[in-house]
Amino acid sequence: MEHFEADVLIIGAGGAGLRAAIAAAEADPSLTIALVSKVLPMRSHTVAAEGGAAGVIQAHDSLDAHFNDTVTGGDWLCEQDVVEFFVSRCTPEMIQLEHWGCPWSRKPDGHINVRAFGGMKIERTWFAADRSGFHILHTLFQTSTKYPSIKRFDEYFCVDLVVDDGRVQGATVLSPSTGEFTAIFARAVILATGGAGRVFRQNTNGGIVTGDGMALAFRHGVALRDMEFMQYHPTCMPGTGLLFTEACRGEGGTLLNKDGYRYLQDYGLGPVSPEPRNKAMELGPRDRLSQAFWHEERKGRTVTTPGGEVVYLDLRHLGRAKLKERLPLICDLAQEFMDIDPAVSPIPVRPAVHYTMGGIPTDIHTATPLAGLFAAGECSSVGIHGANRLGSNSLAELFVFGHVAGDEAVKFAKGAPAAEPGKLLDQAKASAAKAMALRDQKGGGERHSVLRKEMAATMEKGCGIYRIGSEMQETCDKLAELKRRFRDVTLEDRSAVWNTDWLAALELGYQLDVAEAMAQSALERRESRGAHQRLDGFETRDDAHFLAHSLAHYTEGAAPKISYGPVKITKSQPGQRAYGAAGEKIENAKEDSANA
Amino acid sequence: MPDAALAEKTIELKILRYRPASDAEPAFGSFTVPYTDDMSVLQGLQTIKDTLDGTLSFRWSCRMAVCGSCGMMINGTPRLACNTFLRNLLPGPVTIEPLNNFPIERDLVVSVGDFVKKIESIYPYIIPREPKTIEEGPYLQTPAQLAAYESFSDCINCMLCYAACPQFGENPDFIGPGAMALLQRYNGDSRDGGRLKRIDAISGDNGVWSCTAVGICSDVCPKNVDPANAVNQNKTNSAFDFFLRFLRKEDAQ
Repeated sequence: MEHFEADVLIIGAGGAGLRAAIAAAEADPSLTIALVSKVLPMRSHTVAAEGGAAGVIQAHDSLDAHFNDTVTGGDWLCEQDVVEFFVSRCTPEMIQLEHWGCPWSRKPDGHINVRAFGGMKIERTWFAADRSGFHILHTLFQTSTKYPSIKRFDEYFCVDLVVDDGRVQGATVLSPSTGEFTAIFARAVILATGGAGRVFRQNTNGGIVTGDGMALAFRHGVALRDMEFMQYHPTCMPGTGLLFTEACRGEGGTLLNKDGYRYLQDYGLGPVSPEPRNKAMELGPRDRLSQAFWHEERKGRTVTTPGGEVVYLDLRHLGRAKLKERLPLICDLAQEFMDIDPAVSPIPVRPAVHYTMGGIPTDIHTATPLAGLFAAGECSSVGIHGANRLGSNSLAELFVFGHVAGDEAVKFAKGAPAAEPGKLLDQAKASAAKAMALRDQKGGGERHSVLRKEMAATMEKGCGIYRIGSEMQETCDKLAELKRRFRDVTLEDRSAVWNTDWLAALELGYQLDVAEAMAQSALERRESRGAHQRLDGFETRDDAHFLAHSLAHYTEGAAPKISYGPVKITKSQPGQRAYGAAGEKIENAKEDSANA
Repeated sequence: MPDAALAEKTIELKILRYRPASDAEPAFGSFTVPYTDDMSVLQGLQTIKDTLDGTLSFRWSCRMAVCGSCGMMINGTPRLACNTFLRNLLPGPVTIEPLNNFPIERDLVVSVGDFVKKIESIYPYIIPREPKTIEEGPYLQTPAQLAAYESFSDCINCMLCYAACPQFGENPDFIGPGAMALLQRYNGDSRDGGRLKRIDAISGDNGVWSCTAVGICSDVCPKNVDPANAVNQNKTNSAFDFFLRFLRKEDAQ
C-alpha cells in the first residue's frame, strides 16, 4: 500500500476544511498539509448554503446581542464561553473572506450590506445574493491554491482513521478513480466532513452529506453529542426537499396557509405588523416555524400535493427587480423545478431536515477527546448551536472554528512525534481489507438502496418535528434490524474503478451508526427543548434533569449508551424563550432592570 | 424523491456504458424507467441505480444546479442532469453520454484533473491592489464595481462549456472558456491588482487567442456566466497588456 506523510491531515474540503487548511498553511508554511475530500472541493455541500453568514457590523448592533440571540435560540443548551468567543470572531472572518475576494453584496456607497434573519434581533447576516455558500466555497477553494504546502487529495474517500498510542495519526483513504487505497499519516488530524441530514427522507442536503466523519470518530470511541437535535428548515420544496432560503423571509416574504392567512400569529410569534419585525412572525426561529407548520397540518389548514402537505411562501410583494437582485437562485429553483414565477405566484413549501446540530464534541480549541483529533463545522459540536441553530450562524462557524482548528492542529503537530509508517501501515492495511470485504462479500442478497430507504423512512417517522416515546423506540428497533441486515449486503459491482455501488454501501454503514446515535439520544431525552419536541408527557423543558448535553457512546453490536455532560453557563441564566410581542416584553423588562 | 414505483408512465434512457475492467470500448445500454412529471434526468439515473442496475456510475450531489457535479451529454447537448426534466424530453428515448472532450473513466464519469489544473494555472485569487489588514476593515466596492465581474464569479465549474467547445475538442491544452471566465472574474475585480501576472495564461499558445469565437460555451452555460464575453474581454486586455509590458521593458532599459 502507498503511503503519504503529512504534518496535518484534514478530511473534508468544504468551508471548514478549506479554512482550516489555509490557517494551517499560514501558521507554518514549512508543514505539509494533506487535504482529503471525497468530491472536488467546490462540490462540497457548503456550496448549497444560500442566505448568508452572521457577523456584527452595524453601529447599533453588539456582540452581546448576537450572543443573546444565539443562546436563547439554542434554548440554553449552548456552551456560553464558546458562543462569546464565536460572536467576537465572526466579523473578522467575514472581513478576511472579503479580502480574499468573496463577492459580498454591497450598499450603494460600497459598504457591506446585511440582511435580517430568523431569531436575530438586528440585521447582521452578510450575504452574496442568495448564493452565499457557493461564493464562499469558491473563494476559499481558489484562495487555497495559493499555498504550495496544501497537498490536495481530490476525490479520495476516507474509510478509517489510524489510531495508535492513544492518538490519531492518520487515515486510510480510497481513490474511487483507481480503487486503490493510500495511507496518509500525520501528527494531527482535523475532521471537517459536514453533517448527516441524508439519514432522513425529505432533506435539503446533497447526496454526499452522510455523516462520515461523525461515524469515524464514533467508532473510535468519541461519544457524539446532542445528536437528537436535528433542524427542520420550514421552507423547502415538497418532494425533493430543496431549500428556499430563510433570506426569502429576511427580505420580507410571508408564510400563508391554505386560506391565505399568516398562521404564525397563532403560535406566539405575532402580532402581524405592516413592516417585518425581527424575531417575530416569519423572522422567528426555525424550530418554532416548523412546529407551527405541524400544527397547521393537524388543523387541516395546509394543502395536499404529491410531495406532501404544504403552505405558501409569498414573495410577490417584493417585486421582480428585488427578487432578481436578492434571490436569483430561489427564482431559478422555483421556475426550473416547479414552473412557478415567484413574482406572480406563491411557492408551495414544507419543512425538511436541514442541519445536524449535534456532532463530534470539541472544546473551544476544536480539540476532541481523542488526542490529535480536531473537528470543525457541521460534523462537530463545539457548542454554539444548542438545541436549535439560528440561520447564518453555521456558515460563520465554518470560518471561525475552521481557522481555530488549523491553528490548533499545527500547534499540536509541532509538539507531537512524527508518525512511524512502518508501525502504522498494518493498521491501514487492515482498514482497507475491511472495506474490501464489504465490496467482495457474498452476503445474503440485501440491497443497500432498500436499507437506505427504510432507514430514511423510520427516521422521519420516529425523529420528526414532534416525537413520541413509543415511535422513537420503534425507530431504534428498526435501526438495529437494519444494521443486522446491513451485514448481509451483497453488492452488484465488485470492480475497482468508480465503484459507486461500493462507496454508497460504505456511506450507508456510516449513516446507520449516526442514525442510531440520533434516535437513541432522542428517546432518552425526556423533555422538550428547541428542535426536540415530545408529545408523550414531556412537553416542557426540564432544566432540573436535562439542562445537559447528551453523549451517545458507540457500543459494538448494541444500541449506543447515553450519558450526559454539563452545559457551560456564564452570563445568561436559562429563562423563558419567547418571540413576537411576548419576546419583546421580556427583552424590554431586561433592559429596564439593567438601566434601573 | 418521487416514488418512481408509483409512476404509471415509462421512458427509455439509452446510456453510454463503459467499465474498463470488462469493456473493450463504450457501448449503449438501454433502461426503461418509470417516471413522474417532476422527475429530473438525475432522478431517472438514481432510479436505475437503486432498482435496475447498481453498477451504473455517475457523479451527483446537490440536486439543485449549484455543485456542478452532474454534467453529461443529454440528447447530444451538455446539460446538468439535475435540472433537466424527463417531461421535457418526451417521448424518448433519451440518450445520455459522458461529457464530450474528456477522457471517460467509467460510464458517465470523466477525468476532471486537467480542468482543475487549468483553473489553478490562472492565479485564481485576489492579488491585492492595496493590501489591507483585517483591522482596517473591508474594501469598498460599489454595486457597479461588483457588477463588473459578478456574472463571471457565478461559474459552478460544471465543465459543460468545455464539452461544447470545438477548440478544446481539438486541443486539450487550450485553457478553455471556464478558466477564462474565472480569470476575468479576478481581473475585473476592483480589489485585484494581479492582471499582469495573469498575462501568460491568456496570451500563450493555448490562451485566449486559440478561441475561434464560436460562442457555444455561453449557449450551454447553466448559470448565464457568458464565458464568450469573458474571452472577448480577455482578447482586448491581452493585446493591451502585451503593449503595456513592452512599454515597461522599454522603461527598464
